[in-house]
Amino acid sequence: MNLTDEQVERYSRHIILEQIGAAGQEKLLAAKVLIVGAGGLGSPAALYLAAAGVGTLGIADADAVDLSNLQRQVIHHTADVGTAKVASAGARIRSINPDVRVREHPVRVQASNARDILRDYDFVIDGTDSFASKFLLNDAAWFTRKPLSHAGILRFEGQLMTILPGKSACYRCLFREPPPQGAVPSCSQAGVLGVLAGVIGCLQATEAIKHLLGIGQLLTDALLTYDALTMRFRKVPFRRNLECPLCGENPTVTELAGAPEQACDLSKGCNCAC
Amino acid sequence: MKITINGDATEVSDGLTVAGLLVERKVKMPEMVSVEVNGEILKREDFSATTINDGDAVEFLYFMGGGA
Repeated sequence: MNLTDEQVERYSRHIILEQIGAAGQEKLLAAKVLIVGAGGLGSPAALYLAAAGVGTLGIADADAVDLSNLQRQVIHHTADVGTAKVASAGARIRSINPDVRVREHPVRVQASNARDILRDYDFVIDGTDSFASKFLLNDAAWFTRKPLSHAGILRFEGQLMTILPGKSACYRCLFREPPPQGAVPSCSQAGVLGVLAGVIGCLQATEAIKHLLGIGQLLTDALLTYDALTMRFRKVPFRRNLECPLCGENPTVTELAGAPEQACDLSKGCNCAC
Repeated sequence: MKITINGDATEVSDGLTVAGLLVERKVKMPEMVSVEVNGEILKREDFSATTINDGDAVEFLYFMGGGA
């Protein structure tokens, strides 16, 4: 792939970086990243990956834009309320950067379709809003051996980790199984600082770009936690767990499972574990 | 005894188990926390049998399921 004059100008601030250069930019343009959930985390990740010239962006989301999303889901605008999130996100991505091919997956990623959806991508970003989905994506990334950026946010705090299946610790190494239903407050009770989603989603996009370029050190075998109120970042190292039910020595999770779960919907007063 | 919890030096009662530490630190929902002691992730069923020692580095790592 040869960069056009317009691309050389568009990506000049990347190309001038020694660690990227024209060759790195061409890698990004040839790369395919899947963003599961075009919400608080997925919105900023998608915007920056589009601007960065990641050539193919898959957006998986079954929901429509709701007014209460706009406090943090910055890829969607007021006029998009009521439209499918994949369509809204897709339109914004194309508007930012026509170099990007958008693949819209207007479905909830679940056990029955996860492998098929993940199969063709180089990197997966977890922007989902439930434990069931986060465990499912961790497991699907393991079974398809796809690199994954996991993240979670709540109130003023966020956390993320990068998983290279088979090479680094997975989500289940740290959290073996989803917490009991009802043990956690509903989204309407908990709330989330909008900009927190932006901070964490941008960190996920950073990990995707580093992985695609093969530069720096990924956030593997560690959980990065961020507290917006104290502005404290902590990187907590942990090792791959030999007793992990998924990637350990005697796995008990040997196939994708998990019932489809309700989306977190404030207007319906959900009790999902987000 | 003095230990660190999530990076902060903290004075706690001597001879605590991990389960006891969760109570003493008033962790409201222990089922929502993974515990790492000196870099090792503990199994939940071992919380009651694992004793905390002076100087240990303890991490409470909370489930966070939000994202949208």
